[in-house]
Amino acid sequence: MTQLALVIDLNVCVGCHACVTSCKQWNTSGWAGPMADFNPYGADPTGTFFNRVQTFEVGEFPHTQTVHFPKSCLHCEDPPCVPVCPTGASYKRKEDGIVLVDYDKCIGCKYCSWACPYGVRELDEAQKVMKKCTLCVDRIYDQTIPEDRRKPACVIACPTSARLFGDVHDPDSEVSVAIREAGGYALMPEWGTRPANHYLPRRRTAIRIHPDELVRADNPLTKEDVALPSADNTLEDAIM
Amino acid sequence: MHPAFSVIFLTTLIGAGQGLFLALYTAQSYAAFGLLPAQDGAAFHGPGSLMVLLLMGAGLAASFFHLGRPERAWRAAAQWRTSWLSREVIVLPAFMGSVFLYGLLHWLGWNPALARLSPDFAVSPQMLVGSAAMLLAFALFVCTGMIYACLRFIQEWHTPLTVINFILLGTASGFVLAAAFSSTAAPDLDHFFTGWALALTLAAAVFRVAALMRNRRLTPRSTLQTAIGVKHPRIAQKSQGFLGGSFNTREFFHGQGAGVLRGVKWLFLALVFVLPAILLATALAEPAAGPLWATFLLQYAGLLAERWFFFAQANHPQNLYYQAVA
Amino acid sequence: MELPGTRPDQDLGRHEVKTTTCYMCACRCGIRVHLRDGEVRFIEGNPDHPLNRGVLCAKGSSGIMKQYSPARLTRPLRRKAGAERGAGEFETISWDTVFDLLAERLGRIRASDPKKFALFTGRDQMQALTGLFARQFGTPNYAAHGGFCSVNMAAGMIYTIGGSFWEFGGPDLDRAKLFVMIGTAEDHHSNPLKIAISQFKRNGGKFISINPVRTGYSAIADEWVPIRPGTDGALFLALIHELIRLGLYDRDFLTQYSNAAELVNLDEGSSEYGMFVRFEVPPEEGCFDPQNKLWWDRELNRPVGTHTPGVEPRLLGEFHLADDTPVKPAFQLLKERVEAYTPEWAAGITGIPAETIRRLAHEMGITARDRKIELPIAWTDVWDNEHRTVVGNPVAFHAMRGLAAHSNGFQTIRAMSILMTLLGTIDRPGGFRHKAPFPRPIPPCAKTPNGPEGVRPDMPLDGMPLGWPADPDDLFVDAAGEPVRIDKGFSWEYPLSAHGLMHNVITNAWRGDPYRLDTLLIFMANMAWNSTMNTAEVRRMLADKDEDGEYRIPFLVVADAFHSEMTAFADLVLPDTTYLERHDVMSMLDRPISEFDGPVDSVRIPVVEPTGECKPFQEVLIELGSRLKFPAFVDKQGKRKFRDYPDFIVNYETAPGSGIGFLSGWRGRGGEKFLRGEPNPRQWEMYARNGGYYHHELPRSYQYMRNWNKGYLTWARAHGLTRYAEPINIHVYSEVLQKFRLAAQGRTDTRQPPDRLRKRVETYCDPLPFYHEPLESQLTDTRRYPLNAVTQRPMAMYHSWDSQNAWLRQIHAHNHLYIHPKTAAAAGIADGAWMWVESRWGRVRCLACHSESTEPGTVWTWNAIGKAKGAWGLAPDANESSKGFLLNHLISEELPPHDAGEHLSNSDPITGQAAWYDVRVRVYPAGPDEPAESFPQFAAMKPAPGMTTARPKWFAYVAGKFAGASGKEP
Repeated sequence: MTQLALVIDLNVCVGCHACVTSCKQWNTSGWAGPMADFNPYGADPTGTFFNRVQTFEVGEFPHTQTVHFPKSCLHCEDPPCVPVCPTGASYKRKEDGIVLVDYDKCIGCKYCSWACPYGVRELDEAQKVMKKCTLCVDRIYDQTIPEDRRKPACVIACPTSARLFGDVHDPDSEVSVAIREAGGYALMPEWGTRPANHYLPRRRTAIRIHPDELVRADNPLTKEDVALPSADNTLEDAIM
Repeated sequence: MHPAFSVIFLTTLIGAGQGLFLALYTAQSYAAFGLLPAQDGAAFHGPGSLMVLLLMGAGLAASFFHLGRPERAWRAAAQWRTSWLSREVIVLPAFMGSVFLYGLLHWLGWNPALARLSPDFAVSPQMLVGSAAMLLAFALFVCTGMIYACLRFIQEWHTPLTVINFILLGTASGFVLAAAFSSTAAPDLDHFFTGWALALTLAAAVFRVAALMRNRRLTPRSTLQTAIGVKHPRIAQKSQGFLGGSFNTREFFHGQGAGVLRGVKWLFLALVFVLPAILLATALAEPAAGPLWATFLLQYAGLLAERWFFFAQANHPQNLYYQAVA
Repeated sequence: MELPGTRPDQDLGRHEVKTTTCYMCACRCGIRVHLRDGEVRFIEGNPDHPLNRGVLCAKGSSGIMKQYSPARLTRPLRRKAGAERGAGEFETISWDTVFDLLAERLGRIRASDPKKFALFTGRDQMQALTGLFARQFGTPNYAAHGGFCSVNMAAGMIYTIGGSFWEFGGPDLDRAKLFVMIGTAEDHHSNPLKIAISQFKRNGGKFISINPVRTGYSAIADEWVPIRPGTDGALFLALIHELIRLGLYDRDFLTQYSNAAELVNLDEGSSEYGMFVRFEVPPEEGCFDPQNKLWWDRELNRPVGTHTPGVEPRLLGEFHLADDTPVKPAFQLLKERVEAYTPEWAAGITGIPAETIRRLAHEMGITARDRKIELPIAWTDVWDNEHRTVVGNPVAFHAMRGLAAHSNGFQTIRAMSILMTLLGTIDRPGGFRHKAPFPRPIPPCAKTPNGPEGVRPDMPLDGMPLGWPADPDDLFVDAAGEPVRIDKGFSWEYPLSAHGLMHNVITNAWRGDPYRLDTLLIFMANMAWNSTMNTAEVRRMLADKDEDGEYRIPFLVVADAFHSEMTAFADLVLPDTTYLERHDVMSMLDRPISEFDGPVDSVRIPVVEPTGECKPFQEVLIELGSRLKFPAFVDKQGKRKFRDYPDFIVNYETAPGSGIGFLSGWRGRGGEKFLRGEPNPRQWEMYARNGGYYHHELPRSYQYMRNWNKGYLTWARAHGLTRYAEPINIHVYSEVLQKFRLAAQGRTDTRQPPDRLRKRVETYCDPLPFYHEPLESQLTDTRRYPLNAVTQRPMAMYHSWDSQNAWLRQIHAHNHLYIHPKTAAAAGIADGAWMWVESRWGRVRCLACHSESTEPGTVWTWNAIGKAKGAWGLAPDANESSKGFLLNHLISEELPPHDAGEHLSNSDPITGQAAWYDVRVRVYPAGPDEPAESFPQFAAMKPAPGMTTARPKWFAYVAGKFAGASGKEP
């Protein structure tokens, strides 16, 4: 069984919001649109977005990490939003695991959004139906789009390639390998929703310097007939 | 959660409606065993059923305000296999239908004995329809309660107490209404209903307070750490990705300070339990229409506050993602 | 609902795809614009484009909302007779009237005193054309926004290594192992840098970010080194100190490719003091460094000509020439300079612990030394030495606004360039790499006229409006040493102001110092708001009148596509097109989009029709130039040469028959040549067929060491990229600066600075980098104003441009002042509360946001989110004006009066770069009774005639259905 999903690499996400607006422009004129905007030029503008990038500060100065955190529907393998829908408008596709909403069946009761712990469903205030990420279901199978661009709009836009797309049930797919090798994790595992989307954690590269590396025979200072910095001094300086 | 007035009215009105029906049916059952004097159906059970239907209808009407697309409400019956909301949507009209039939039988006074189980107890259409309606009333309480109780990550709701409280608060308000109604339409039942109302109000108080105490001790299973998967004791959100608000900031937040929440809690405890209990106890000694009607209105107002609090107190884990303004 | 995938998207209406270049910021990515029934359906990155390789940022992906923005100006406008300037009362007029009016007025100015006309432009990408227009007009008063943007970065690096970051060069992150980013502007060159940083991190390199604030790219750094704003120079000097102390520098690179080993004359009595000793007079003078200087031969212990084969020079020591002249290698002087700049010294200034500074130096030095890259690419240097390989020391740097926007920025950036040079990383794999047309000589050849006689009635300017002075004789000053330009660029006040000082134009013109203007034409620059310092006063000046009731700036023309705050002050408004409606070129004559591996330029080709009566500003310039009969625009008979802008681009040549034009690709009659060749009538078509760009990949042996690469330099000269195939040695020691210093000291007989400026020029024109406190701090009571206030660039906004964008403004509808919780607590400011931030120049009320990723001595906010009420097509109650704010109100365009003058610009004393980030502030809470609104507030701007005035309560954009569908059920 195929389960399409996004894997989001927090190690490289710089929080540029490209996924937010590329999603908006594709989907507002696409199958899942329109995506209304209220007060577009007035106070407190607000609209329907399938993707949001949030920012968290972790730790205290100066050991602060700033984490940019993109969030969209996680296409849970056991999506709590689907069984609660009274009309069957919310459904999970058997063939690829995408969770979708049929706007014609949706009565706008918002119950599915209550049943989603991740806050990724948004009621479109104009159409009064629930909307959410479709993994660009109208792009990824569109044979008229070149094959390498047959991916969700956020994935092709992402400047840091922080968004990988593929089948998490295929152990050899790029996404599965990334999850396995880079420590991909799911959000709020405590609820057993088994999100298909995964996140890759920050990884830190460090340089370790051996004190010997500061004291070398080929030191260019030797060509100047000046006293080399004394080894003691160097070591003392180097080991802090 | 954001307390939506549509849902507050829906749940409190139908709760009282179901409770009132259960009161009517209880009285009839007692009468069937000769424990209470039988009443004139056209004067008591018929109008009583009408009142039930009015309450249910008003609740149903309120519920439509909750829907983005009310014209498609009929579709909501489709997923009864999995959705408590769908089940509620089926059970609610079924209950109303059976109450309608029950009321009609009473109004027409048509109640031939279909069979006799004992010399004193005849199986009658009224009893059959009433039993069905009673079962549907309880089913409806369970459906309504389970709509909330089944959401496992809204921990304040995810407890049997939610269903119990929907049943007890609904029946209590229904019995208070029955007491008030009987004091005008069937004065020989007012003690009976008042007694039940007091008992149910006290029982509801016990369980509602139990729920409050339980919720006070809850520790959220989801934290910012699990929400974003970063293991560090100090995480603060600096941006939720937009500044003008979104569906997620409107639907899941009550927008009130802790003081308001506390105030509403004490208000509903007083209005739903303390004052009605005192008034009912007084009425038990000397039932009178005025005070009983007042008791119902007071308690109903309290239930509105209780339901507001029920929603406001529920802390949705999605709120972890929406706590910053910047 | 139809099942998804039932119908391909392109079957929903008439589908077209057009390729052009983005302009949602200055990055200039290739885009494919999908249209449905003529409306923009989807904008995606062009996967074939060398710059963005298919990706596109948040801004680029929101182009739809810019195209259909209600802030669009659609009609030419004239201030209503009798209406006050600034009141925004306009009447619509025809383009014919516009041209008649302008041709008459500008013709009159040109015939009398061309400098009374000034043209200053903002974020435009057509400086080759606007500069040409100004030069042909004959006015010296032209510049783009570089003077208040990042000229310190350009000048500091170009005067040191012959190239600079961003368009002109950058970090080679493909092969770097250590990447050090010191401040950056995340809206500059954003997508290529994002692509590169993420690849770099995936490849396991270490990324260090030195920045007072941890946002954006810094967020994913492996190490964040918080630093106090304006102190980066101290850090670099301490790093240099440590690298030299430990011998962690690339000696071969320094001796061969920089002037580090060249001998400096230290004869106190000589007029050549501090200059390199020369052994002969060069046969040819030009803008290159003649190879006539001396090394000290290590073996023979005597002076010898530089690059004498087989000679290894001394870098350190003190020597005497045969005539007993005392000399030292420049490197010795550098070593002496940084002697006192110890890590401990820098720690006290920067706030970075000394051990961290030392460790950073070690990481840089050891990575450069021990993780060398050697590519099997043979090349020949200009001294005819054959090299079998190209070697790289994989430490890469990037920096931008943080360093540039301080009054010590030039010297700081010199220090950084020298640090990069010590590590041996210039135009080498894994280090810094040039992009064509760079490297250029130090300094590049272009020069302004050097006196008022260069400005002549009815004649083009006798020189470039902007240039690169090499010595005091190149300054653009009169006999008294006073400026010719309105912005005082290229004067003794700011000798190397290569991009002008646009931030002082309005104040100077208002004051009449050095003189009054007649007509000021501003293109795309929001000088009445976020692009100016001292916003409230500048707005007053724009509308200020003389005693006789005439405006002090008599005629103001504003060309812009949008209803910016500036348009309200215009006498004439020229509605420009959007990027989707016009032809454009990213020209090799300007700032192309070249890659490390060779020159790249690109074009815009319209994808939709212009809105209303919008006209591309280029067409306005071609029309005016033709009507005014500029030599470049008319033939000998005075007949118009170019039909329109596309025709101009194809047929214009920098000189008759030069073969060099705005576009470098597909030149020659049939498009068979590149860079140089006859005009090709089908050039646009050929660009269009190639996705709108031309990419010339150099042979591998020409891709590195280009300052000294004989093959490359010869090729570059042959193709008109440079004038000389001479080596471009790195100026560790800057003789250019020494020449200005010598003049200021009165040691030379060149032009002399006015006396009031002698000390200033002597102090700051130091041939070796040094650290000084920013000028404003020197002149401010920093105990009263203990904090630094800076801005950062949000990646989803470009300057003030995107508040009109319904999608982007939801992300940044207003801004907060970020402040460290302890700093806030000390001042009693709660998180999310209203607060005041005050400088000696003014104060601003804003919303506080506590942040652990902010250095405690710094407060900051996102740039240019705050708007004036009613501007940019927004409702008067929009968040941008009610809660948003600008820091500009706190920043003065002039320094307080001091020894060097009454009205010196608040700028770098060398380059005139606006010192935005020098401002010192204090903070305190807003009172409980104060309104919950940002301060200051201004009267609401009125919509201009021709603008969409209906502001729908809501809309839902659907391409092909949008026009007229707003506010209704979709």
